[in-house]
Amino acid sequence: MSDKIQTIENLSIGFKSQNGREVSILKDISTHINKGETVGIVGESGSGKSTLALAMMGYTKQGLYTISGQCLFKSNNLLNMTDRDLEKIRGKEIAMIPQNAGQSLTPNLKIGYQIEETLKLHSTINTNDRQLKITELLHKVRLPSPNIIAQRYPHELSGGQQQRVAIAMALAGSPELLLLDEPTTGLDVTTQAHVLELLNEIAKDTDTSMVYVSHDLGAIAQVSDRVIVMYAGEIVLDGDVRDVLSVPIHPYAHGLLNSIPKLSLPGLPEAMPGTPPQLEKNIKGCSFFERCDFATDKCKNSKPELFIPMNKKMKVRCFWHNKLSEKQRKPKYDSNSAHKTKNLDEVLKLDKISITYSKQSIIDQLLNRFSEKNITVKDIEIEINKGETIALVGESGSGKSTILKSIAGLLSTKNGSINFKKTISLSSDVRNRTNSQLRAIQLIFQNPDESLNPSHTVEEILSQPLKLYFQLSGDKLKENIIDLLKKVRLTENYLYRFPRQLSGGEKQRIAVARAFAAKPDIILCDEVTSALDVSVQAAVLKLLQDLKNDMGTTYIFVSHDLAVVRAISDKVAVLYQGRLCEFGPSSEVYKFPSHPYTEVLLGAVLEPNPDLKPVLTAEDRVEESPPEIGCSFQSRCPRVLGEKCFTETPPWQFSKKGNAIRCHIKIENLFKQQTSKN
Amino acid sequence: MFLLILKRLGLGFITIFLVSVIIFTGVEVLPGDACTAYLEREAKGELLEICREQLGLNTPAIERYLSWSYNALYGDLGYSLSGEKPINEIISVRVRNSLILAVTAILIGIPLAIILGIVTALWRDKFPDIFISTFAIFSMTIPEFISATILILVVAIWLNWLPGIVIVSSNSTVLELLPNIILPVIAISMVMTAHMLRMVRSNIIQVMSSDYVQMAKLKGVPYWKMVFIHVLPNGLLPAINIIALTIAWLLGGVVVTEVVFNYPGLGRLVIESISDRDLPVVQALALILALIYVGVNLIADLLTLVVNPRLRTLQIRK
Repeated sequence: MSDKIQTIENLSIGFKSQNGREVSILKDISTHINKGETVGIVGESGSGKSTLALAMMGYTKQGLYTISGQCLFKSNNLLNMTDRDLEKIRGKEIAMIPQNAGQSLTPNLKIGYQIEETLKLHSTINTNDRQLKITELLHKVRLPSPNIIAQRYPHELSGGQQQRVAIAMALAGSPELLLLDEPTTGLDVTTQAHVLELLNEIAKDTDTSMVYVSHDLGAIAQVSDRVIVMYAGEIVLDGDVRDVLSVPIHPYAHGLLNSIPKLSLPGLPEAMPGTPPQLEKNIKGCSFFERCDFATDKCKNSKPELFIPMNKKMKVRCFWHNKLSEKQRKPKYDSNSAHKTKNLDEVLKLDKISITYSKQSIIDQLLNRFSEKNITVKDIEIEINKGETIALVGESGSGKSTILKSIAGLLSTKNGSINFKKTISLSSDVRNRTNSQLRAIQLIFQNPDESLNPSHTVEEILSQPLKLYFQLSGDKLKENIIDLLKKVRLTENYLYRFPRQLSGGEKQRIAVARAFAAKPDIILCDEVTSALDVSVQAAVLKLLQDLKNDMGTTYIFVSHDLAVVRAISDKVAVLYQGRLCEFGPSSEVYKFPSHPYTEVLLGAVLEPNPDLKPVLTAEDRVEESPPEIGCSFQSRCPRVLGEKCFTETPPWQFSKKGNAIRCHIKIENLFKQQTSKN
Repeated sequence: MFLLILKRLGLGFITIFLVSVIIFTGVEVLPGDACTAYLEREAKGELLEICREQLGLNTPAIERYLSWSYNALYGDLGYSLSGEKPINEIISVRVRNSLILAVTAILIGIPLAIILGIVTALWRDKFPDIFISTFAIFSMTIPEFISATILILVVAIWLNWLPGIVIVSSNSTVLELLPNIILPVIAISMVMTAHMLRMVRSNIIQVMSSDYVQMAKLKGVPYWKMVFIHVLPNGLLPAINIIALTIAWLLGGVVVTEVVFNYPGLGRLVIESISDRDLPVVQALALILALIYVGVNLIADLLTLVVNPRLRTLQIRK
């Protein structure tokens, strides 16, 4: 084997809790990173993966301290070095690429300066060479016109560009070890695929060792040689990426992998029951005991060690790993639970709605004229039937949330109408809607932390829609609330809890219960699972599906995650720059022929399989505003026909199976081009 | 950028205009007028008529507003009733006196507040922070009239180091005034510094725990370099507006302190003219104070625009 660049020995990091007890976040971690190797560290929130990555730079967040163990970088223990010595290593020999590049770049300093700072600190080259080097670095991370970017401030760049700048900054010191903390979380799918490709190239070209921390097994699969799976501050599985992902012999890794929705498999993924144990809890046995299907008394009373079983190449912390290696991964996808109730009553129709965020000129306002310029969302026509789940998909800026807001009446439309149950035309202003119209449409938001009032108990939160729409009170009210809790698989015990006393998944369940309290016809779901861990996501998706089957509710589901959309929706609408590109049954949208943009999106999806590489066809670029004439996708489309695409709005074409594609290319030709390539 | 400055200036003018209207109508709707207020019990018959004639109070309100604001625009604020002197003359001396007090307090208090704020933030929860913060809370909570009185008692009466109250006349020279301002400045600075210190401290603490400061540490930027380049410019930005408000407050005359020390500044003039029922002076003072607040805040806004690149571009895009 090659040399070890970093060795971690028996590392425990923790904090003092309020009652003075020592609580560990990392428990007795021992591992190493080899030269030139990329190690993926995967785990859900609270598993300690970021703390481990920071410890590899000798950094512990405020309030945390090293309880025992060491982090050896070239035989020096980083954790007892002086700040002076650490400053020489950080940024030069070990560099960090942070999770949120936008917040990790100092707002008042130009990009060029921030990169130059690293160069100044860690190299002896002169001013001229430094400027050249900055251009070279920005060029290397494939930013267009590096000299202009260097003069910009961080807020003037897009998310993808900021992430690239962070990578360039980390590369400035030519580090031997690169730590990446969720570097692509929060980026659009296509941007994410491009950034990962760039990282892979850097790893290959420079022989840098990398530690890639992420909750996303798809991303981990694309970049890593080796994977470490963490659970509750411990390493539970450690081995070659292909071994770990094909036969995950730890039950947690197994469950994690199964809870990811995949493009190739329609239907809902299998949810993992339970939540990770509380940090403060003292666990005698295996930390995964409570959630494990294989658990026995032995697991409860004694702690399994991390060891390499016979005939295996990976380390595992489980007594019963054999059971899992025998039982090959057979995902139990209930594909029939989706696409059930087919009821062809139309409940909502968006009739050519257009929405604009830009202010209209005073003259236009006075004449009540509608200016055609800068329309955020244009001519959206969608019919939604009762009991269907419609998904709106697209990257950031595609207008999907904008449409959702206007259905809810939070954003007024400039043109077109929203028709409810064929006869009722909904006002585009929420203040003009009747009580029953308001009740009929409910919203679930992305982040339950922000959508639940922190000073209300669960009971108060759930009682509000019941009081408002059904005038319930007293025992009747309480009965209904308990009933709602049961529906979202929570018990009565939750009644008097505050949102801060709930886990992320529980909070989102309360948000779901609140939406269902109004007995709505339509529920608008805005990225409802993107703030959740994958195992929790699977459970919430399952819950939504079950409730829909019971109550016949219609969902309008907004998401950037194509795999999630595939799992839950009956019909999919693909949006680019506020224009509809493709619309049809989800089984068809995910097959060719597709709109070229759908094709680009599908190509960029990361599957948790190292041998399925994303296909990158279109340039990764952020457009400021949609083009005024022609096809909305004209400037990024890999299949541009010619002049027509830039001057004429493409016509709708219909395939035999019922999906509509808006493109100038004849549908037969699209199919030929797309299938011949792959 | 240029357009933006113009826009802010325009808004400033509109504010001043609105304030002038409000002041004028406010004085107008009060029962009685300048003459009845001034003449008091003799406000009847011929005497009252003559007074009104002199002051032009018989013309319609709009006409009077127009002439008042027109004159004010050219710097003429009219005549006071009690002293029968031009208001400009009365006020300009007071403005000078208040300025001396304010500028001294600003020069001492603001740098002190910023430095102490930084110190307390960087040594958070350590000895310097605990010591300074406790002291700050004390000087914030004790009202000025108490601290001022104690200062007079200790420094002027027990120790006999400085004059306790100002006994020089309002038109005395700067040099004559100087020894008199030491105690008022201390009294004012105590409250002002404490307030600003706490703001600066919490801003800096917030920036210190931001992602970009963590990133700077992980880049290997030495501590003090990080503090000066990454922390302070961002942490002190919000302080500009706080400083502006404090300066406006100071220039507007620190009423309580001026009264306690018998200091001949704007603040005391406000009290005096109100108790003398000298309405023209009250009116003029209100206008000047509004001008000071708008002006100082305008400068602060423009300064923030210059220093904060984020605000600059965002505003232009709109």
